[in-house]
Amino acid sequence: MEWITVLNYPVYLAIFICIYGCLAIGLNIQWGYAGLFNAGVAGFFAIGAYASAILTSPWAEGRLGGFDLPFPVGLVGAMLLAGLLAWPIGKICLRFRSDYLAIVTIGVAEGIRLVARSEEWLTNSARGISAIPRPFGDLPYAKAQLVYLGITALILLVAYVLVQRQAVSPWGRMMRAIRDNESAAQAMGKDVPYRRLEAFILGSALMGLAGALYVHLARTITPDAIDPMLITFLVWIMVILGGAGNNRGVLLGAIIVWVIWSTSEIVTDQLPSEYALKAKYGRMFLIGLLLQLVLRFRPEGILPEKLRKESREERPMGEQASATQATGNIIN
Amino acid sequence: MDFGSFRAVDGCSFSVAKGSITGLVGPNGAGKTTVFNMIAGALRPSGGRIAYRGEDITALAPDRRFHKGAVRTFQIPHEFHHLSVIENLMVVAPAQPGETLLSNWFSRARVRKAEAETSRRAWEALEFLELTHVAHQRAGQISGGQKKLLELGRTIMTDAELVLLDEPAAGVNRTLLRKLEEKIEYLNRERGYTFILIEHDMEMIERLCEPVICMAEGKVLIEGSFQTVRSDPRVLEAYLGERQGAAT
Repeated sequence: MEWITVLNYPVYLAIFICIYGCLAIGLNIQWGYAGLFNAGVAGFFAIGAYASAILTSPWAEGRLGGFDLPFPVGLVGAMLLAGLLAWPIGKICLRFRSDYLAIVTIGVAEGIRLVARSEEWLTNSARGISAIPRPFGDLPYAKAQLVYLGITALILLVAYVLVQRQAVSPWGRMMRAIRDNESAAQAMGKDVPYRRLEAFILGSALMGLAGALYVHLARTITPDAIDPMLITFLVWIMVILGGAGNNRGVLLGAIIVWVIWSTSEIVTDQLPSEYALKAKYGRMFLIGLLLQLVLRFRPEGILPEKLRKESREERPMGEQASATQATGNIIN
Repeated sequence: MDFGSFRAVDGCSFSVAKGSITGLVGPNGAGKTTVFNMIAGALRPSGGRIAYRGEDITALAPDRRFHKGAVRTFQIPHEFHHLSVIENLMVVAPAQPGETLLSNWFSRARVRKAEAETSRRAWEALEFLELTHVAHQRAGQISGGQKKLLELGRTIMTDAELVLLDEPAAGVNRTLLRKLEEKIEYLNRERGYTFILIEHDMEMIERLCEPVICMAEGKVLIEGSFQTVRSDPRVLEAYLGERQGAAT
């Protein structure tokens, strides 16, 4: 067996970790920084997936499409559409307090799934969209996978760097302040509704991006692939387990949860067929159990939100301050 | 101002002169904090209007009032509990360039300069409040009294013209209280800040406030100098009580 085929499974695993990493960072902007309980992650993932599929796939009878646009356009289109749809949804829903927001966003995600299932002219309903191109898809399978991993990893890295810089800036500080105490933040001059909308749109755009990355990997999309229970559930566990409010934490969460989720499938595939159907719920139970353990013993997640310190620039007279460091440095 | 069928503040009308330190006193439930919430914009009055420097601000959101120069503290501390104490102060600074998304990429020098200035002011405020030793604690973990001080520290971080202080003295030790009074007097005298002060500590009211407004059951009972208010029979009955009024 050639070495590259041995790598097939880990590469496949890693691509999915990158995709879920994007979703987790998106949710981290919304929940970890702005405190928005978005339980409709799958909906924005679906919007991104379908947007990129429609933009880049060749013409097909009976549905919107045939634009044949290149892959990067699909990605940008997915982000724009997910962000654009997040705007009216956020405008209406963000007025609700956290638990109500969760209920409303579940409804929104379900609505999006039903549109994908029933609007034939747009999404080809249950038959879905196929023949979606993949960059360097002409290469042999193993090599193509490896290249695609490179692309998704690069995109995830860029997303991480962009979000992380915002998170440690005054913008991130303001968002965390709004999350901690809305009325005080408003009394201190922060435009709370506008800022919450900002975080909601940014996070949703990243979820759309993840959807696009998924669709170019699978090369086909049907409404079954955007199961709200599964995607939303997994991403939330990644964020809570890894540590909300910490971008590195949620990426770690994505790795842990996806590795358990995916490798446990290998085990359950060995079971006789009469157990195969039940096995899926067994895997969900395993993830749920892990969440319970983390919440019991490490409620802030494996890598909790960092406490940001601000060192003094100049030493005041007559006071022995410890070694001064550059302003804005993050210790710990 | 109505809460359901309950009328908390009714027919309450007063004006505060620029550059004054106005005391707002009255028994619990008189509507003092509700008045503050209406001035700061947290509550929209069911009727009537609020004017600030001749401009009607009745319909203005709280954040817009902040930018017009009106800043408030909360009676029950509203700290940002996951943020460090120093961050709690820094976040208050108005008009920070680093709070817009793109400036963190395209005008970093400006953001850094503003941050350095914000940091300097925040450390100054901490020094004044004698809180430097807890600068890097989570604000949710410091003591109740320290949280009160942090509330006050926020007002120092702004370029406020009107400062609403809701019971700043409650839970603060005596020595610090004197310093606090000095700071209020200094800001009032040197920088022309206008203060409205809700307080039950009559000594503090006496030392600082002119005029004093006494409220009861949502209405203004009397407005005048501390002496006038203290000796008014209605105030004695509703708030201070006969004996305390006679003793002071």
